[in-house]
Amino acid sequence: MTTTVLDKNSQKTIFGFWIYIMTDCVLFASLFATFMILRNNTNSGPDSAELFSLPFVLTETLILLTSSFTCGLAMLAAHKGDKKRVGAWLAITLLLGLAFLSMELYEFGNLVAEGHDWQASAFLSAFFTLVGTHGLHITAGLIWIMLLIWRILRTGISNVNLRRLTMLSLFWHFLDIVWIFIFTIVYMIGAL
Amino acid sequence: MKATLRSYITGFVLSIVLTLVAYALVQDHVNSGHKNYSHDFIIAVLIGLALIQFIVQAIYFLHLKKKGDARWNLLAFLFMSGVVIVVVIGSLWIMANLDYHHDQTKDPKETSNYIIEDELPSQQETTDQTKSEHPSH
Repeated sequence: MTTTVLDKNSQKTIFGFWIYIMTDCVLFASLFATFMILRNNTNSGPDSAELFSLPFVLTETLILLTSSFTCGLAMLAAHKGDKKRVGAWLAITLLLGLAFLSMELYEFGNLVAEGHDWQASAFLSAFFTLVGTHGLHITAGLIWIMLLIWRILRTGISNVNLRRLTMLSLFWHFLDIVWIFIFTIVYMIGAL
Repeated sequence: MKATLRSYITGFVLSIVLTLVAYALVQDHVNSGHKNYSHDFIIAVLIGLALIQFIVQAIYFLHLKKKGDARWNLLAFLFMSGVVIVVVIGSLWIMANLDYHHDQTKDPKETSNYIIEDELPSQQETTDQTKSEHPSH
């Protein structure tokens, strides 16, 4: 079993990607601030306590958390040079991510079908923007995971692929961290 | 924290526990008819739990640490945290302040305490009425 270590150049690339993630945090911070300010401006419509189902959101949260964990396991397998395990853990991460995204789209679909779309109130505009932006990031991450599984199965755990995997796992853990705050601020505090 | 199976499992278990504690707290509070805890207290606890989980994941999943090359990651991270705190707390502060000055639920008599004399609502209403009675041609 060989141990794969990143070279100096790859570490620089990963640091650059880290800087991108930090700027993305600022983007989410402004969306969170907007949401917190507009959360009570429901235009006489229903507020978050009436709209959201708590057990549904808890399931979503646990699924995303587990996918963050399996992504970490893929990282560990890659450092051991175990190509098949990397593929397997990434495939599980992909499936969990797809489950999460489907649940989110189902929730959005239900809200819109009942007439609570983003034009209904300032609160719902802010909600769809914040949660939708997170969902878009998840979608991008899922496409990335698919491409990476294909690359790794074809060309093995090369230095380039290990670098890509490291950046992907940073991105995926970051999305889970953003979700902690969506879970707390939008859903938990919203239910009070 | 180095990336080991142990660190990922620790982070995973702690995150699940913290999520479930927050969930149980909210469920309990709602079931009791919002009487178990004061509103501000439970919000403070929930934010606290989220911040703890955030730190747990930053250490056990993202492996932020002070030593080695990760120091620069940490530095960028701290700068980002500063910007985020200014953006979020600053926005909430400013908007809460503006909201206070526009609060319509307050006793109208109090309005004169913080609104300039010629902007008093009663005077504005009269001017509005005169306008609507004589529409411009």
